[in-house]
Amino acid sequence: MEHMIRLDELTKRFPGQLAVDSVSMDIPEGEIVVFVGPSGCGKTTTLKMINRLIEPTSGRIFLEDEDVTRINADRLRRRIGYVIQQIGLFPHMTIASNIATVPRTLGWDKQRIAERVDELLELVGMDPEAYRDRYPKELSGGQNQRVGVARALAADPAVMLMDEPFGAVDPITRERLQNEFLRLQDEVNKTICFVTHDVDEAIKMGDRIAIFGDDHGIQQFDTPEMILSHPANEFVEDFLGSGAALKRLHLRRVREVALTAWPAAGVAEDRDTLREKLEDSEQSFLLLLDEQRQPVRWVSRRDLERGEGRMADRGLPVAAIIEPHATLHDALDEMITSNVGCAVVVDREGAYQGVVDIDPVMTAVNTLRAELRERLAVGSWHAVPTETVEEGTS
Amino acid sequence: MQALGEFLARRWPQLLELAVEHLLLVLTAIVLATFIGVMIGVLVYRSAALSSLATAMTATILTIPSLALFGLMVVWVGLGDRSAVIALTAYALLPIVRNTVTGLQGVDPAVNESAKGMGLSARARLLRIDLPLAWPVILTGVRVATMLIVSIAAIAAYIGAGGLGNWIFDGLARRGSVVAMPLIISGTLGVVAVAFILDGFYIVVGRVTTPRGIRD
Ligand SMILES: Nc1ncnc2c1ncn2[C@@H]1O[C@H](COP(=O)(O)OP(=O)(O)OP(=O)(O)O)[C@@H](O)[C@H]1O
Ligand SMILES: [Mg+2]
Repeated sequence: MEHMIRLDELTKRFPGQLAVDSVSMDIPEGEIVVFVGPSGCGKTTTLKMINRLIEPTSGRIFLEDEDVTRINADRLRRRIGYVIQQIGLFPHMTIASNIATVPRTLGWDKQRIAERVDELLELVGMDPEAYRDRYPKELSGGQNQRVGVARALAADPAVMLMDEPFGAVDPITRERLQNEFLRLQDEVNKTICFVTHDVDEAIKMGDRIAIFGDDHGIQQFDTPEMILSHPANEFVEDFLGSGAALKRLHLRRVREVALTAWPAAGVAEDRDTLREKLEDSEQSFLLLLDEQRQPVRWVSRRDLERGEGRMADRGLPVAAIIEPHATLHDALDEMITSNVGCAVVVDREGAYQGVVDIDPVMTAVNTLRAELRERLAVGSWHAVPTETVEEGTS
Repeated sequence: MQALGEFLARRWPQLLELAVEHLLLVLTAIVLATFIGVMIGVLVYRSAALSSLATAMTATILTIPSLALFGLMVVWVGLGDRSAVIALTAYALLPIVRNTVTGLQGVDPAVNESAKGMGLSARARLLRIDLPLAWPVILTGVRVATMLIVSIAAIAAYIGAGGLGNWIFDGLARRGSVVAMPLIISGTLGVVAVAFILDGFYIVVGRVTTPRGIRD
């Protein structure tokens, strides 16, 4: 199998409205391809043609080298996970029944379905015991979105289609869901088509990005690096907007950089030990951790010396906390809002891992630039499959 | 009043019998009307034009005076239960068809899209998603239809279908006699009682058949 999905000159014409104009695309197995572009450019229509919720006017769709343009649509859809912005959980069914929908349709036995449901709930970070018998209205928006993803993954489809899946949640939840999803993708390794109209989200999520234009065709289809460094035309350049250098920070994840060692100590340790730890370091703040090693407070020397009260009430709260999956862009964002000028990295369980400060961010900016220059110098970007349209029409 | 008390004390068992007859007549018609009405609703709800057509037609049935419709049924089908059930079923259709259409059209489009996107067949979507979600609204229609035909069913006695209408018509026929008033009043009260019982029954049915996730 050469490509998981192949679109061959797909066109959709609604009565009096061209929606998608001859889109061709090869999507390699295990990659996240993001469709991005202005409103009305045909992203959703293209996505829905892949699972034939919209039948193409012309062109062909291949899934695992099989021409699926004319096969039974219901059976095709059971092989493809589908997640939409409004989620569309079935309100009259429990979370477990929602997730079990496709396996039940495929005739799995009860035991296997129950096991799969629990496995998926854990995969999306929800306690099966607590959630499997609840109803969608008893969950928060973010939790419902996780269930939507679990439901789409239920029968282990090779392909997932996601239409602005994180578009309806607040920015903080969105960032968390994005990071969780990327971590999950590391485990499940699906081929994913992901629609968004947020450039930052596209750069962060995409192994490859397809930029759609106002002409309902693809302006550029390439890796985020190449799109940022070599926009195919003026349209793409305008669409990316300013701050391409800053956006490049989305290309590096926190776990890829060396964390700064920072003095940290248990909140229960005695004051002299704490003071010693702080003095042995070059920093002016000490990070206090609770019994689960979760960060709780920043304390300065003065906070240690003075003040009555419990250690856990002194100093400043720890605001900027990120997971290793976050991008350096997220980290920078957090850093700016932090009291101490750095972001605390924690693992899945929330336990302290280390700290990112501005240095690795600066280093990343420089190396990214250097890498690109080097690649351009030897012309190796030609090796990266690119598919670009001639000068934009806009 | 005293006459009524004595009358009831004496003929209580007969009243009960008629009430049961009445109840069965109504329930038979309602079960039929629910099947037919939901089926019509399912067939038309996707098209606005067909939906208004179905509502208009079932509404037209309601404008036929009940005596006239029962009369027509006697001509076509003959005297007895069968005619009464057919006529009552026809009367019960409007609320059921209308609420089925409203209920099905009210299903969240996102729910429909995700169900379709997951590869549920049209049949599975209807039976497992759309109808269960529309069910509370449909049930309300069934309840309204029931209240409507409980009183119309009294007139069915006129064509020999039995029920509490028997006493009302008896009372009318014996105008002037001592039993006329007690007959009419207890027949009428019986109809009201049957309506109350059915209403309570629907509240229970509603509780039991509405999944927790869509109860308010
Ligand atoms: N069912 C339809 N009938 C007619 N025109 C449609 C239909 N669906 C979409 N269109 C049109 O096709 C074009 C592409 O729509 P599409 O939904 O694919 O855009 P999109 O890129 O997903 O936009 P957005 O970012 O706003 O979601 C638009 O001009 C839209 O108005
Ligand atoms: Mg869209």
